[in-house]
Amino acid sequence: MEDLSLYILDIVQNSINASASLIEIHVQEDIENNKLILSIIDNGKGMAPQTVGKATDPFYTTRTTRKVGLGLSLLDAAAKASGGGVTVSSELGAGTGVRAEFEYNNIDRPPLGKIDDTITVLVACNPSIDFIYTHTTPKGSFTFDTREVRQKIGDLPIDYPDVINWIGGYIREGLNVICGGGSV
Amino acid sequence: MKSLSELEEIRKRTLESVNLRKDRSGTRVVVGMGTCGIAAGARPVLLSFIEEIKKRNLQDVTVTQTGCIGVCRYEPMVEIYRPGEEKVTYVKMTPEKVKRVVAEHIVNGRSVTEFTIGAVEK
Ligand SMILES: Nc1ncnc2c1ncn2[C@@H]1O[C@H](COP(=O)(O)OP(=O)(O)OP(=O)(O)O)[C@@H](O)[C@H]1O
Ligand code: FES
Ligand SMILES: [Mg+2]
Repeated sequence: MEDLSLYILDIVQNSINASASLIEIHVQEDIENNKLILSIIDNGKGMAPQTVGKATDPFYTTRTTRKVGLGLSLLDAAAKASGGGVTVSSELGAGTGVRAEFEYNNIDRPPLGKIDDTITVLVACNPSIDFIYTHTTPKGSFTFDTREVRQKIGDLPIDYPDVINWIGGYIREGLNVICGGGSV
Repeated sequence: MKSLSELEEIRKRTLESVNLRKDRSGTRVVVGMGTCGIAAGARPVLLSFIEEIKKRNLQDVTVTQTGCIGVCRYEPMVEIYRPGEEKVTYVKMTPEKVKRVVAEHIVNGRSVTEFTIGAVEK
């Protein structure tokens, strides 16, 4: 995967497959401590204690179309290659949290990429799921919450093209403010 | 600065001008979003479907995602369902190919055979 926004898109697929109705995506750029932290938290069906530890193992998967599960193991490899790692916590019937930590200035850390595109695609294709996205940098923080969008649009569907278009622009503008226009 | 209240404007404008279809019985575009689909470029493909559909104001087309369509080396894969017709599966999609699929298949009803799974498997 080229950048972190694509890893996020992929890790969220696991939450969708686990029938989550609320998915949180948090990005923390903690430059003071030289850390970039991604967390994806869902309220899906969770994993049993004995499988949580195996989740980042490529040879563990519950999918049926191939014998390896790539998503979490790829993220784990990328995080380890940039001086960090992945922790998975999960409770059966309650949900799952995936936390990936990277050294901010590590030369092998993938760039963040187009996170606005990731959120736009997720909202457009999963109108029945709520998403919360927060992003913190030393310059401030930005929050996007589909539940707030739904309050404003009433009976207009959230995947209506003008709404989706607005969401992309809103996120881009918010990120511009806290990332100072530069790409991370 | 954009604010959430703009959404109220969009809502008003839309509900006044169009009769929102609730049944959504038209064409369905399904993009495979398994890990290798994403790595191969499913996201820009999906976004360009959304963009083309908005540009052409196609009211009766929905774009959705699914986990994995199943053949990693053919990703990004896209399935198109039109009422009363057989499903068409496109392989190794790109935003450029999306433009043709929207124009020729979704708008004019003729699938782009050279991009389909049948054409590459020959
Ligand atoms: N959020 C989650 N909720 C419940 N189970 C999960 C979650 N994330 C991962 N799992 C479990 O861990 C397994 C491994 O996940 P991983 O993303 O590495 O591979 P995969 O999803 O099976 O396949 P791929 O990502 O290659 O499409 C999954 O098959 C699933 O059983
Ligand atoms: S993820 Fe490989 S074919 Fe779908
Ligand atoms: Mg996965």
